[in-house]
Amino acid sequence: MLNISGIQEGFVLDHIQAGMSLRLYHDLKLDRLDCSVAIIKNARSNKMGKKDILKVECPVEALDLDILGFIDHNITVNVIKDSKIVEKKELRLPKMVKNVISCKNPRCITSIEQELDQIFILTDEKKEIYRCKYCEEKFRNTKKR
Amino acid sequence: MRHLMSPLDFSVDELDRLLDLANDIEKHPGKYKHACDGKKLAACFYEPSTRTRLSFEAAMLNLGGSVLGFSSADSSSAAKGESVSDTIRVISCYADICAMRHPKEGAPLVASQKSRIPVINAGDGGHQHPTQTLTDLLTIRSLKGSLSDMTIGLCGDLKFGRTVHSLINALIRYPGIHFVLISPEELRIPSYIREDVLRAGNIPFEEVERLEDAMPQLDILYMTRVQKERFFNEEDYIRLKDFYILTKSKMDLAKEDMLILHPLPRVNEISIEVDDDPRAAYFRQVQYGVYVRMALILTLLEIDTSTLSYADKESTGGTQC
Repeated sequence: MLNISGIQEGFVLDHIQAGMSLRLYHDLKLDRLDCSVAIIKNARSNKMGKKDILKVECPVEALDLDILGFIDHNITVNVIKDSKIVEKKELRLPKMVKNVISCKNPRCITSIEQELDQIFILTDEKKEIYRCKYCEEKFRNTKKR
Repeated sequence: MRHLMSPLDFSVDELDRLLDLANDIEKHPGKYKHACDGKKLAACFYEPSTRTRLSFEAAMLNLGGSVLGFSSADSSSAAKGESVSDTIRVISCYADICAMRHPKEGAPLVASQKSRIPVINAGDGGHQHPTQTLTDLLTIRSLKGSLSDMTIGLCGDLKFGRTVHSLINALIRYPGIHFVLISPEELRIPSYIREDVLRAGNIPFEEVERLEDAMPQLDILYMTRVQKERFFNEEDYIRLKDFYILTKSKMDLAKEDMLILHPLPRVNEISIEVDDDPRAAYFRQVQYGVYVRMALILTLLEIDTSTLSYADKESTGGTQC
């Protein structure tokens, strides 16, 4: 078993779908943080068979929970202080995501006016459907579990 | 300040008030002929349009206002690469209200976010065409007396026809609406309308392929054109374009008071011999399009119509067809 040391203050993203940690690393812009980040891939999990884990040694405020919720709201966010879990944050599907995904509709105004923010609105929480704010093109996150 | 992007931007009550105003304009055009004196409409049409642009222009002229604008992207600063956001900021300095048609979906919404004047979506690609829907609703309500308790047949290109999608979304807000969706297999209504709108809202509907089978039960028949520009394959277009042709003999199957609507332009889906049938309402629909656009301009410009005088009521406020 690979052993990664605990963190003093930061957060641990647990129960990440196996193979998704690198996407999370980039989408959460963790590469821009000046702190230790451990990416654990294919860890054994009773619940999931195998899973990925991200350990980040920086205050949880640096984490964009909306983006995380959009990518996978089943991920567990453990907030660590003094090497102990002090809080588990619940993730929800954000009502809106900005500049996380792009509209694929070639007829959308965002295809020609590149300076526009790519905004998607949650239109069906049950089916987890987002639609482009401008052209209402549907986006369904198929990479989710 | 309000804009109009989608027919659903108005609540049912607001829509009723708008349609009431349009009916008052129909009855008393003279009362409104100076309602927009000194006001200017910018008709910004980034793609060709005959009916919608002229309808907006006629509406503003009937109200005593004036019109400026362009009728293709080539004759606008878009040809030089100017963004919609910049264009509307400039137009805001020239006009009091803007009607915008654009081939890219969502362009009028982008304009509305940067505009200092009300923006009306006059059609954005295959997305929305709210003033056509308002026209359809006004026509049905004026000629049938209500927007509830009727069977509406939608015929032709139900897959790409944005007017059909918008009309369904607008009509499901009224009680007792039953849809008969008449189309060939290839042009059936998209699943997001069938599942997310009709089934999810428990709206009664049926899908049939033969127009003759549907005719006897219809109160409204909404015909649509099979649009060549929506097909990637010419062969498919040729195969489907004449799938439905409404003829006099098919009209014999219809109710005495059924109405035929069509957003126009027609190609050959309604035979010319049907034009003289009193149930053919598609040219009256065009006239209602002017009234509803007049009502819309007055509403978005927040013009107080209660102070307008009936003094000129017999003088014409527009040409009747």
